[in-house]
Amino acid sequence: MATELKMPALSPTMEEGTLARWLVKEGDEVSSGDIIAEIETDKATMEFETIDEGTIGSLMVEEGTDNVKVGTVIAVLIGEDEDAICAAAPDQKLEGDAMHSPADVGRSDKIIVPEITLRKDDPDVPEGTAMNSLTVREALRDAMAEEMRKDDRVFVMGEEVAEYQGAYKVTQGLLAEFGDKRVIDTPITEHGFAGIGSGAAMGGLKPVVEFMTFNFAMQAIDHIINSAAKTNYMSGGQMRCPIVFRGPNGSASRVGAQHSQNYAPWYASVPGLIVLSPYDAADAKGLLKAAIQSEDPVVFLENEMLYGRSFDVPDLDDHTLPIGKARIMREGSDVTIVSYSIGVGLSLEAADALSAQGIEAEVIDLRTIRPLDKETILNSLAKTNNMIVAEEGWHVCSVSSEIVSICMEEGFDDLDAPVTRVANENVPMPYAANLEALAIITATKIVDATLKLLNK
Amino acid sequence: MAKSASPQKSPAKTSKAASAPLIPNRERPEEPKRFLADKEALLAFYREMLLIRRFEEKAGQLYGLGLIGGFCHLYIGQEAVVVGLQSAIKPGKDSVITGYRDHGHMLACGIDPNIVMAELTGREAGISRGKGGSMHMFSVEHGFYGGHGIVGAQVSLGAGLAFGHKYKEDGGVCLSYFGDGAANQGQVYESFNMAELWKLPVIFVIENNQYAMGTSVNRASSEDQLYKRGESFRIPGIQVDGMDVLAVRGAAEVAVEWVRSGKGPILLEMKTYRYRGHSMSDPAKYRSRDEVQEVREKSDPIERAKAELLEFGVKEEELKTLDKEIRKIVSEAADFAETSPEPDVKELYTDILVEQY
Repeated sequence: MATELKMPALSPTMEEGTLARWLVKEGDEVSSGDIIAEIETDKATMEFETIDEGTIGSLMVEEGTDNVKVGTVIAVLIGEDEDAICAAAPDQKLEGDAMHSPADVGRSDKIIVPEITLRKDDPDVPEGTAMNSLTVREALRDAMAEEMRKDDRVFVMGEEVAEYQGAYKVTQGLLAEFGDKRVIDTPITEHGFAGIGSGAAMGGLKPVVEFMTFNFAMQAIDHIINSAAKTNYMSGGQMRCPIVFRGPNGSASRVGAQHSQNYAPWYASVPGLIVLSPYDAADAKGLLKAAIQSEDPVVFLENEMLYGRSFDVPDLDDHTLPIGKARIMREGSDVTIVSYSIGVGLSLEAADALSAQGIEAEVIDLRTIRPLDKETILNSLAKTNNMIVAEEGWHVCSVSSEIVSICMEEGFDDLDAPVTRVANENVPMPYAANLEALAIITATKIVDATLKLLNK
Repeated sequence: MAKSASPQKSPAKTSKAASAPLIPNRERPEEPKRFLADKEALLAFYREMLLIRRFEEKAGQLYGLGLIGGFCHLYIGQEAVVVGLQSAIKPGKDSVITGYRDHGHMLACGIDPNIVMAELTGREAGISRGKGGSMHMFSVEHGFYGGHGIVGAQVSLGAGLAFGHKYKEDGGVCLSYFGDGAANQGQVYESFNMAELWKLPVIFVIENNQYAMGTSVNRASSEDQLYKRGESFRIPGIQVDGMDVLAVRGAAEVAVEWVRSGKGPILLEMKTYRYRGHSMSDPAKYRSRDEVQEVREKSDPIERAKAELLEFGVKEEELKTLDKEIRKIVSEAADFAETSPEPDVKELYTDILVEQY
């Protein structure tokens, strides 16, 4: 029984090559691992090993032959016994194109994007529910504490989260309540602890990894994207990574270029991640609880400037909000202003100023950046026919760019004018107070852009 | 929170230190002994190593036929490392993680060769439903956590799996395998530090196959004795002949005992060698053919086990029969991998997220 040795593909792109040299001759005994030929590919000269034992029966292609197509029989090996049958059997099925097209007749090649039908609305807050005035900082802490009480797989890890009570005091009191097993101070090693967190999540825990700011998560972005976001897909759904990466994002105050950046567009572009960015305290609490409960990896973008602001938070046992649902913060009929995080406060301020001039703006807080709640955006556009997107960050390849695209593709007929983006200036954040003030989005800039959009 | 001030240690106590002999100031693991295998145990090791070798040879062949695409990193030559180590841990209790040269680890974890090969060919029956490929394979069921394509990532992730064992108090340990190339990544040392600081039950295994792609250890590492790389974090390191499955098993026992008893991580440097290129498309011009040939002839882990089996009185004929049996398993895996259908197109949009929002 003979085994055919075929011209191998020795690189991902090789289609043909040169059989440069035979290192065996007809009649030679060979065994597995012996190098029998040198083959020149498009990139290099490679050695070709046999994996079978036997005698070289005949060399079918002379050495020095160029343009030998991958798959061409270049030699025949005569086996000593039925060993060769096993080795040869699969080869015989691989003639011509057959080897590239497995049996898949009758399959449709149409790409099926699953429709997401389960869109939960915010849970009703029962009439008469007491409201507590909490800072965003306290709301975030309460969310973690409540989830940690419920689920002992949840733990918090990061720089200064335990003894120091959090660099921005977001984890205040957690160490005292949950101990150092579940509230863990790490060295300043973002890449390492983002990996340890991701590994712990893969192993069945539910880590909340705090980055002192998302600027430092740049050190760790490989694990967020390559380890956390892609594992479920790459494992065919068997290996999950339920982790929350949280911390302040965006501009703070006078901290300069390397500490003032909005990473929402970066993470929002990655399939496999959930990206949340709340504005007020109630949403901060409800969404962080949802993030911790989720089986998916979540990037949770907070804002340092909002930590100390107080808002009403419903006094409920379990205030968990749905992921993927925007919120209409203010109703209006003349123009829609879409924003998220600190931009929502500026948009509300702008809406008040516009109202004084007789223009009623509808303000939408996206809350979830990925997956985006397109329905709420498009419904509002259909109502007002004008849209402003306000974003504290650069506008190039941004969340606002994405919303413009959505309006173009799916809301074109509802547009009375092009969507306008209001964002930070296209510069690294300057340190000087006057320059920083010029670089960052303001309520006034939103008002001016709206008036221009409406030709007022 | 107020902390009580702790009194300074008296310096007088250490005044003799300068003249004292150099003795270790902390407990160290005992020196490993070569594992005393009986005939059956050695035969089982031999069988597993041979399965990996034949599987990898077949994978190389399928790559040559265009059935496997992209990058494909073969484990040929390194078989003793994973076989010796995996034999010392508890399946179902312990966890394993490695980089992209992962086929051997999966077979040694007891994963069905058919579904590994089917993943290599990108078919629906593959262990990741054809969506992972050679470098990204996982089996939570077998405690095998990948299969990672980014050099060094598995070291942090492995420390994280160990963190999970300790947190859950399930008594498990994690074996985190990485290469001599990954040993120079920064996150490795971030993880060493935290692993020792938090006494995580992790065995760091450096599979030193001498070449990080085309760069030899000596050209890339200022300290090329890689077993010392954990010492400054107080992680004890042991250098092991990774071409001898019984030496590997002996070291594995010491390591598992150390780690499982709560003493924190340990580092094993396995001196091994890969016969093939870094990946299928590596012409391997950075070393001579003679160098490879010499290792094959003098140190091959399978030949070494075979010689000892013959001393045990095992007949050549028995080993030939075993080889045939393994070739058949591998052939069937290849058949399965070739004839299984590709994933349905609807799989394109599945398993991106677990939940719906």
